[in-house]
Order: sequence, then structure tokens, then C-alpha cells
Amino acid sequence: MSGKNSGVNQILLSGNEAIALGAFEAGVKVASAYPGTPSTEILENLVKYEGVYCEWAPNEKVALEVALGASLSGVRALATMKHVGLNVAADPLFTSAYTGVRGGLVIVTADDPDMHSSQNEQDNRNYAFAAKVPMLEPSDPAEARDFLKLGYEISEKFDTPVLLRTTTRVAHVKGISAGGGEVAVSSATPGLIKDPAKLVMLPGHARQRRAVLENRMADIREFAGSFEHNRVEWNWKKVGFITSGVSYLYVKEAFPDASVLKLGMVWPLNERLIRDFADRVEDLYIVEELDPFLELHIKAMGIKCKGKELVPSIGELNADRIRSAITGEVPSGGIAPVELPMRPPNMCPGCPHRGTFHSIRKLKLFVSGDIGCYTLAALPPLKAMDMCVCMGASVSMAHGIDKALGRDALEKAVAVIGDSTFFHSGITGLMDIVYNKGVSTVVILDNRITAMTGQQENPASGHTLMGEPAREIDIEALCRAIGVKRVFTVNPHELKRTEALIKRESERPEPSVVIARAACVLIPEHRKKKKDKYSVNTAKCVACRQCLSIGCPAVEWVDVTPEEAAELGYREKQTGHSSINQVMCDGCRQCFQLCKFGAINLTAGASSNKTKKKAPADKRTKAPVKKTARSVAKKRAKGTGKPASTKKTSKTTVRGKSVKKAVRKK
Amino acid sequence: MSGGSILFAGVGGQGILLASEITSYALMAAGFDLKKSEVHGMAQRGGSVTAQLRYGSKVYSPLIGAGEADILVAFELMESLRYMQMIGPGSRVIVNTQRILPPSVATGQQKYPEGVLETLNARGLSVFPVNAFDIAREIGELRTANMVLVGALSSFVDVAPEYFIDVIDQRVKKGFEKVNAEAFTRGRSLTGGI
Repeated sequence: MSGKNSGVNQILLSGNEAIALGAFEAGVKVASAYPGTPSTEILENLVKYEGVYCEWAPNEKVALEVALGASLSGVRALATMKHVGLNVAADPLFTSAYTGVRGGLVIVTADDPDMHSSQNEQDNRNYAFAAKVPMLEPSDPAEARDFLKLGYEISEKFDTPVLLRTTTRVAHVKGISAGGGEVAVSSATPGLIKDPAKLVMLPGHARQRRAVLENRMADIREFAGSFEHNRVEWNWKKVGFITSGVSYLYVKEAFPDASVLKLGMVWPLNERLIRDFADRVEDLYIVEELDPFLELHIKAMGIKCKGKELVPSIGELNADRIRSAITGEVPSGGIAPVELPMRPPNMCPGCPHRGTFHSIRKLKLFVSGDIGCYTLAALPPLKAMDMCVCMGASVSMAHGIDKALGRDALEKAVAVIGDSTFFHSGITGLMDIVYNKGVSTVVILDNRITAMTGQQENPASGHTLMGEPAREIDIEALCRAIGVKRVFTVNPHELKRTEALIKRESERPEPSVVIARAACVLIPEHRKKKKDKYSVNTAKCVACRQCLSIGCPAVEWVDVTPEEAAELGYREKQTGHSSINQVMCDGCRQCFQLCKFGAINLTAGASSNKTKKKAPADKRTKAPVKKTARSVAKKRAKGTGKPASTKKTSKTTVRGKSVKKAVRKK
Repeated sequence: MSGGSILFAGVGGQGILLASEITSYALMAAGFDLKKSEVHGMAQRGGSVTAQLRYGSKVYSPLIGAGEADILVAFELMESLRYMQMIGPGSRVIVNTQRILPPSVATGQQKYPEGVLETLNARGLSVFPVNAFDIAREIGELRTANMVLVGALSSFVDVAPEYFIDVIDQRVKKGFEKVNAEAFTRGRSLTGGI
């Protein structure tokens, strides 16, 4: 792990790395998660420690239920997710508060104020209140590690799940921690204990547990009064702040001389502690990111304070924002900005999604989209996504369009969803389409990995987070089993074929699934492949800009002078030509297929030793669009009967990859 | 003990996180407290990327305030102009002169800004242009461009170069220690460090 050689006993850890270390030190035995920024690196790091079982679950609800099952079997368990993931896991969260735990259970929710990589800015402290579970909120990586360990003690002491909330500026901030801790042992003993009154939430049992829950929260509220991380830092008493999480750091930076009540536990709140602090300062301010969570509950105690009438509730805070909110001063630093072209994120050179969206755009379809790298297709120049709400919604919203517009929707709309997102929560929508006689076409972008969050394994990847070979879930067979009769697979790098297939299926009045399958270019196996390069024959280029229309970062426009244009034999109006960046080109052949003038060719000398040129893709995508029943049956037998081939060495490969990945990130 | 704030800015995939990581470890080894803030996820798909590093005897906030960055290390030419509100008059700007075209420029919709270095100079900044890409090419490993910039940066932080070299030895990919150390030394010599 980090910092082994740093001389003194200090290590530099991100919040997520610190939580992983904390989980190891807490003696966590089972950890389950669905990747989501800014939470993903917790399990990616925890898996490197010995003796902890870690897995990527298909979604957050499953992850929490796995962790709950482990906890009720008497071991310490962890579930981690991003803020919106807790919406998915809310069902088990609320009732796990009733059952309580055996081994400690901590759920990490990583919120994303400012929406650096999220579709909304919800404040998950509200879940602690609503589900009646305690929540800890660390300010920095060192605290994140300590709080996680304390979370397990609190969980076992009070028989409750514990929420630990981070935000992007805790999860993705690196700070100094002390090295080398002891590994704790759970107070629970592994094993199964029948206890239906506690574990079977029939109404009769649940009513009993409801009362237990209320008494438990009263006990924790009392405990919060003496919890060492709910601490007062006395200073000048003219101004006092109540704050928590990363906001505490900004308050210390902006008002070093003020008194502060720092709440390490943001739910439940101990009224005595808060009232005592409030009584001893002249002006009391509540500083918190997003919702007025502390403020509302403190005001409900009848305590006079100022909060959201001054402190912004939208976006991240920082020391400047807090200073100007409280004092009215406008920050003076900085230099006048310069107008610049934006640099938005883009799909990678060679990304297979580009081929699918090019086809969809040509068909002028209304795209019910979903969450992943491919959401970037909404941006110019592709502009091929029209809705995106939450994981899995593409499929069910397309069905809604169908039911609202009937035959008018046919040929006009399509759902587009990634492989991992389909497993997460697209399957249920597809069942709805089949069951309720829908006619939607669902395009599954199967790039073999969960790409956006940094290439995590998923149920179709053929290996697990632990680096073991796994049975690849056969998406075709799955869709057929649900009852979709028309299931076709295509290589999205083959543009014409992809377009024809999507066109044909979107026109048919019955449910269909088009699986656009080609590997993510960031998968190590793909990166290692020798690739062809393509380049532009500038004399042949007529500046039709077709190759530029797909927005590949490797394809660039080059202006030429009138003299150069004349030399190249360009017609009068042609002022430039396309060019392909040879460092970036991934050899996907998409632009090659778009050029009707033969101006894009293989770069001489840059190609690999392959003699036959084929689009780089998963072997299985070479199947023709029209499949015979026999070939399907054959493939199904191949795909589901045994662990994927070439996986004998994958344990070391994957381990190697995860280690490499960590190095790359650092 | 003096402290400061360093803003690393560039384009996803340029090795900004590793560069800020190496700098952080060197500062930690030299006894500084520090916090470094980065953004992962969607921003890494070829978009603008930053890492903010604050160091001193005790650091609270992980974010650099308006005008507070003493040093801006820009890994791409025009990215040096994107964060003017975070630097102040007199801040040092180490700028890689390599250009990476954003999509709107690559497709001919917009022009790449002209006179980037002149714009920086006109704002009273101390500008240190570094051709990190060519130096990395001379060294024979393009991926060491980020270490050239760390070298250039190192002249302006109160940490002996040995700390950096030690950290590079420990933290870069095995087999690449030597080229990275060389890149660091080449970069450092450009800004007057020895």
C-alpha cells in the first residue's frame, strides 16, 4: 500500500483509499458495491487486502442486501455506493434499520455536490433521518478511516446499520494519515441464528421492531452527546459555527478565530450538546453543503441560528464562498478570465459507441438514453440522445413513449443502454415491454465492461473483482429467456450493418433487442493489441466533413492557404482538409467507412502484421446479423456452459491490471 | 515553514494525477502537511482536468481559493488560460507548449487561441514555457512529459530535489525510474534548479 517507503510513519491516502484501509482494519469480511463516482475506488483498493471478500454487485440494492446477509451471519460487512445508488438501495436500508445487525454493517454513501460526475445533487443525510439510522460524516481521509472503524463499533453496540457519508472533496482528496493500524475483531460470532421476531419483518414482528427502533435512536441520540467526534473547538465566542464534513475545513480556513462545534455524527443530533454551544456564542451560523439538514433540525429545537439565508445551497462550498456569505465581502483574488473554447469530455478514439450513435443519428430516432460513457453522445457533434434520467430508465421510458403514442412512436424512438446498466436495472424494464405487449427496440451497448467509472468488471465481463474467472452472462440468451423473440448482435464499428439492423428493428411492431458488441478501447486486452492506423490522402479529401461528423478526437480539421489549396488541386471553395492524428488513431475504421471519396486509407508502415483487415472487436461480434437457430443454439451452448476461454491466466492478468490501474491513477 | 498552493491543469490522459502525486509525496517526505484534490469520473474522458495541491505546516481546505495558487502547472498550452481566477498577479505559470485540440477546434468550428504566452505575460505572470513533449521524445519515452513539468515545478518548492528523485524511484512503473528521473532533472534545469 501507499507510503511504505515514506520514511516516517505516515501515508498519503485518498478518502476512498482510507476507507478501504479502515475497512480492512475494522476486520470487514464481506464487501459489496456497484461502481459509482465518487465511491468506486473503495472496493478497488479494499480488494488488495488479504482476507476480505469483495464483489461488484449488479446494483446497489443487491450490494446492500449481500452486506446485510453477511452481517446477519455474524461478520462485519460493508456496502458502498454513490449518492443516487442509495435510492436504489433504499428499500433494504429502511427495513435493515428494523432488523438490526449481528456483525457490524456500514453503508458508505458518496455524495457529489456540484455534480462533477452525477445527474443530480441530492443530499443523502436526509436518508439517515428518514430511515432512522445513525450517520457519520468525516472531513478528510484520516477521519474517514477512523470514522469507518468507529462505525462498526457503533453498529454492533446499538444493533443498527450505520451510514457513513462522504462527498467528492473527501472521497477524492488525498491527505496524510498515520500508518499501520491493528486489525479489529467483531463482537459477533460467525454462524446462523434463527430469530424470526427480529429477522422476519412480517407486520406483527415489524410492529415490535418499530418500537425497538425508536428506543435505539433515543439511545444513540444520548450517545451523540458524549461522542468524541462531536467536538467543540472554543475560540472567540462572538461567532460560533456548527458544521460537519468538508464544510468544517472551509470554516476553519475562512474563520480561524471562531468557535466551532464540529459534528462527526450528523444524525441523530444531541440537543443538549447543541444548545450548550448555542448558548455560549453570540451569533450562531450553520454551515453545510446542499440542504439545510442540520439547520432544520436545530431550528426545530427552538435554537436561533442563521444558515441557508446566507450560505448557498447549490453546489460545493469553499472557504471563499463561506467567507463572503457570512461577511458579505467579495473575494478579491484572481485575474480577469480569458474566453476559451470549451474542452468537454468526449468518447475515446476508437470507442464503439460512436458507431452506434452515428447510425441512430442517421435514422433521426428519438433516443431514450441511460447512464454511462455513452451519455456523452448527447453532446455535439453526435447529439444523439434525447433523455437520460437514471440507471435503467432508458428501457422503461421507451415503453412509456410507446404506450403514450402507440403506432405513432414506431420507427421514431429507441432505448439505448450499456451492458452494465442493463444488468443494473434495465432488465426489469425489458420484462415490462415483453409482458405488457410493448414494441420498443432496445439497443444494448455491450462493451464488456463498466467503462465510465474506470473499467470495472460486470456480469458479462468473464471475471470478478477478485480476479477470478466467472461465467459470462449471455445477454442474448437472457433477453430470449425474458421472451424477446428478436435478438440480434452486431459489431457497431460496422456502420452500415448497424444502421440497417436498428432501422429494421425499430420499424417492426414487436419488442426487439440489438446488442452492439465491441470491447471498450480502455480494456487492457484491447490496449495491448497492435492496431492499424488510418490517414487522410489530402489530395483526395474534398472537405465533405463526414469523417468529422462523428466527433472522434483523432480526426482533425486542417486549414490550408490558397496556395496550398491550389497545389492540392482543390476546388475554389475548399479551404482545408481532414487529418488523422496518428498517435490517437485506434484503427476502428469508422471514418474509413464514412469517406465516400477514398481519401482515408491505411497508413503505410503503421499497420500490424495482420494481413486481413477486420474491425477490432470481440470475436463473437463477427456473427452475421441474420442468425440461424442452429448458430444461436451453438453459441448459447458455448457462451453459458463454462467459464470464458482464455481466462486461465486472468487471475494474474486482472490482478496486474488493478495494480497497474492504481499506479496510473496516482 | 513556508507553504503554498499549486494548481495542475491539463487534459485527461496527460499524467496530471501522477505528477501531482509525485509532488505530494515529495512534500510529505520533506515534512509538510498537505491536501490534494482531484476529480475523477466523467471529467477524465479527454476533458479539462485539474488537481489542486495545498501544502504548509497545517492545511485545512483541500481547495485553492480565488487568486491563491502561487504556481500553475499547465500541461497543455491553452489550458494555462482556463483558471485565471485561481491565480494572482505574480503567480508563476509553468506551461507545456504542447497543443491538444479541443473538439470544437479539431472540427474547425472554433480557432485555437493565438498568443497564449503573450496573454500570460501581459497579465504580469512569471511565465516558464517548457517544451515537455520534445524533451520527453529526446529522452525516448513520451510518457515522461509530465515528469519534465514536475522537474520545472520543483525549482519553486522548498523541497530538496533528492526527495523528488526518491519518490520517482518508488512510485513510477518499474523499469521507468531512470527515464522519469532524467525527465525530472531536465525539467528542473529549465527553471534554474540544479
